[in-house]
Amino acid sequence: MNLLWDWLSDPANWDGPYGIPVRVVEHLGYSAVTLVLAALIGIPLGLWIGHTGRGRVLVVNLVNGMRSVPTLGLLFVAVLVVGPLLGGDIAFLVPSIFVLVVLAVPPILAGAYAGVEGVDPGARDAARGMGMRPAEVLVRVEVPCAMPLIFSGLRSAALQVVATATLAASVSLGGLGRFLIDGQAYRDYGQMAGGALLVAALAMLVDLVFAGVQRLVVSPGLSPVRATRRDRRRQPTGVLDAAVAHQT
Amino acid sequence: MKWFLGHLPQIGSLLLNHAVLALIPLVVGLLLAIPLGWLARRYRLLYTPLIAGTGLLYTIPSLALFILMPLILGTGILDPLNVVVALTIYTVALLVRTVADGLGSVPDEVLQAATAMGIGRVRRFFGVELPLAVPVISAGLRVAAVSNVSIVSVAALLGIPQLGSLFTDGFARDFVDPIVVGIIACMVLAFALDLSILGASRALTPWLRTSRPAVGRAA
Amino acid sequence: MKKHLALVAAAAASLTLAACSSGNPLASPSADGSASGGPSTVSIVVGSANFPENELLAQIYAQALKAKGVDVSTKLNIGSRETYLPALKNGEINLLPEYTGALARYLNSDADISTTDAALASLKSALPENLTVLDPSPAQDNDSITVTRATADQYNLKTIEDLVPHAPQLVLGGPPEWKNRSYGVPGLEKTYGLKFKSFKALDTAGPLTVQALKNGQVQAANLFTTDPAIKANDFVSLTDTKSFFGSQNVIPVITKEKATPEVTGALNAVSAKLDTDTLATLVSKVVTDKEDADQVAGDWLKSVGLG
Repeated sequence: MNLLWDWLSDPANWDGPYGIPVRVVEHLGYSAVTLVLAALIGIPLGLWIGHTGRGRVLVVNLVNGMRSVPTLGLLFVAVLVVGPLLGGDIAFLVPSIFVLVVLAVPPILAGAYAGVEGVDPGARDAARGMGMRPAEVLVRVEVPCAMPLIFSGLRSAALQVVATATLAASVSLGGLGRFLIDGQAYRDYGQMAGGALLVAALAMLVDLVFAGVQRLVVSPGLSPVRATRRDRRRQPTGVLDAAVAHQT
Repeated sequence: MKWFLGHLPQIGSLLLNHAVLALIPLVVGLLLAIPLGWLARRYRLLYTPLIAGTGLLYTIPSLALFILMPLILGTGILDPLNVVVALTIYTVALLVRTVADGLGSVPDEVLQAATAMGIGRVRRFFGVELPLAVPVISAGLRVAAVSNVSIVSVAALLGIPQLGSLFTDGFARDFVDPIVVGIIACMVLAFALDLSILGASRALTPWLRTSRPAVGRAA
Repeated sequence: MKKHLALVAAAAASLTLAACSSGNPLASPSADGSASGGPSTVSIVVGSANFPENELLAQIYAQALKAKGVDVSTKLNIGSRETYLPALKNGEINLLPEYTGALARYLNSDADISTTDAALASLKSALPENLTVLDPSPAQDNDSITVTRATADQYNLKTIEDLVPHAPQLVLGGPPEWKNRSYGVPGLEKTYGLKFKSFKALDTAGPLTVQALKNGQVQAANLFTTDPAIKANDFVSLTDTKSFFGSQNVIPVITKEKATPEVTGALNAVSAKLDTDTLATLVSKVVTDKEDADQVAGDWLKSVGLG
C-alpha cells in the first residue's frame, strides 16, 4: 500500500514522455481505435443478422470461438507473422490493435444482434403496417429499440479492451501496460500496483462516459436499461445473452 | 502439424496443467459467488455495492494481479497458487451478478407457492430457487470458463507452465508452430469446458427440455 | 472419460495440497526433499531466465545432474534477473545459469568486470550469503550494442565510442529492465557518455528486438553475441572498447546447501566442456533450427560423455 502511494505521489512519475498522463493518452488511443473498428464491424453485422435472422447459428458459434482465442497467443502470432510485413512504427501497433479488435467484436456483435432480435414483434408489424420498407423498419424502429443492448455490448467491450490493452506493452508499445511490464521487469511493486489501479480507474471512467452517452442517445420512451433487463431475466439462456449481461 | 505430432506428451501435460489452473478457480469461484449473489438478491441495499465492487475487480489487469498476489498472500513468486487465487477473483467478479440475476429470474409466484407449501427458507433456496436459476448461472459460468482458459495463458509471462508456455517459447524463438498449437489447444479446452457446463446444466434442468418451445426466443 | 476426470481430480487435489506446502505441483514431482539422508538424496530445482539460451543452459544443467542420479525438477522461463534472484534467494529455485559480469554488475553497480578473473572475483564478493557460484565456463555470451549494416556505414561505426556524437539522434532498444539498471542505459551514459534520443523497451534480445532493429524503430539495440540473428541479418555489434559489458562467462549460481560435492562435480564438468562456439552452435539449433532445448541439451551432453 505504501509502495503504491509512493509511486502515485511521486511527481516524477507524472511528468515527461514516460509519465502517467502520456501513458493514459496512449492507452485511450489504442482503446478508442479498437472500439471504433470493432463497432464498425460488429454493429452492422449484428443488426443485419438480427434483422434478417440469417446466419445466426454461424455467428453464435463464431462469436463463441473468437471469445475462446487466448489473447496473448494471438498477439504473439500476429506480431511474428504480420510485423515483418509492415515495418516501421506500425509493425507492432497493427497486430496489437487487430488482437484487441478480435476481443471487442464478440460482445458488440452480440449486443447488436440480441437487441434487434429482441424487438417486440408487435412494434415491427406495426411499422410494416404503416408501409415502412425493411430498411426503414431497421433504421427507425429496430435500431432505436435495440439501443440499450447495443450500448450494453459496447460498454462490455470497452471494459475488456481497456483492461486488455495492457498486453500491448508486452510487445513494446506504450499505454498503461508499460507500468505493468516494466514494473515486472524491475520488480517494482509500487509501479505495478499503481499501473493496475490506473487501468481499473480508467475502465470505470470510460464506462461512466458510455453510460452518460447512452442516457443522451437512447430514447427515454424505452426507459432503457431497467425495463429491458427485467425482461431479459425472464428468459435468459443462451451464451449471447449472458455475454451481454455478464458485465457493465 | 509435424511439430504438434512430435510433442504430444509435452502438450498433454501443459494442457492438464492449464485445465487444472482454469477449473479450480471456476469451482471455488462459483461456491463463493452463490452466497454473495444471494446476499445481493436478498438485501437490496447490498445489490449495487456488491455488483459494482465485484465488477471493478474484473478490470484489474491479470498480469498485475498475478504478480501482486505474493504480496497479499505471502506466497512464493513462482507459486501456482497466485494464479489460482487471481482467477478465482475474476470468476467471482463474473458470477456474483449472474447468480443474483439468476435468483431474480425465479418468478415470485413460484416462491410464494413454495412458501405456501410450508417449505422452509433454506430448503426453498436449495430446492427451488437455486435449481430454477441454473440456466442463468450456467450461462454465466460458461462465459467465466472460457475467459479463465484465456487468462491462464498470461501466467506464462511469469514462468508458470501451462499452454501459454507454448506462446512465450514460440515467441522467443520466432517460431509460430507452438503458438498456433497452443491457441488451438486453448480453444479446444474452452470448448470442452463449455460443453460440459452446458451438459451439466441440461441434466440439472430436465423440465426445460419439455417446455422448451414455450420459453420463446431463448436460444 | 471417467479415468480422465479422476486424473483431473487427482491433479486438482495434489495442486491444493502441494500449494499449501508451497511446493510446485506443476513441475516434475520431486521426491523427499529431506537433507542429509544419504549421498544422492539432494533434490534441486533448476530455474532459468526468459530467453532461449538461458533455458537451454538450464536444461543442460538439469540433465547433467539427472545423469548423476540427482533428483531434479525445472522451473524455466521465469523472467528477468530482478524476478528470479529473489526466487533463488528464498529457495523456490536452487540453481540457475548466470553470466559472471552481468550478475556482478547487478549486485554491485561499481563492480570491476573487465576481465574474466576480475568479474569472477567481483561476483564472489557480491553474492548474497546463501548463494554460491561454481567454476565459470570458458563460454561467453555477452550483451552488445548492435546496429544494422546500413547504420554502421552511414555513421562509420565500429566501436561503441563511435556512437557518442550520433546517439542523440538515435533510439536505443533493449529489455525493459535496461531503462533503470546500472547495467543498462544509466551505465552506458556513465561509462561512455552515451545519451540516446530515447529508449524503447523491447524484449530480452528476442524477435521484437531483431524486428525493431530491422524495420528502423530503433537504430541500436541490445543483442546477445551468441545470437544467430546477428549473422543472419548482417548486423554489426560494436566493439566495447571500455569493456562496459565486461566478461560474461557462463556460470552456475546455486544455493549453498545444495552444492554437494556430487552436484559441484557434475556442473563443473559441464562448464569445462562448454566454450563460446559450442554454446553459439547449440543456441542456433534451438533458435534457428527450432529443435527442442531439452533434446539439444541431452544430445550435447551425450556427445561429450556427460549424458
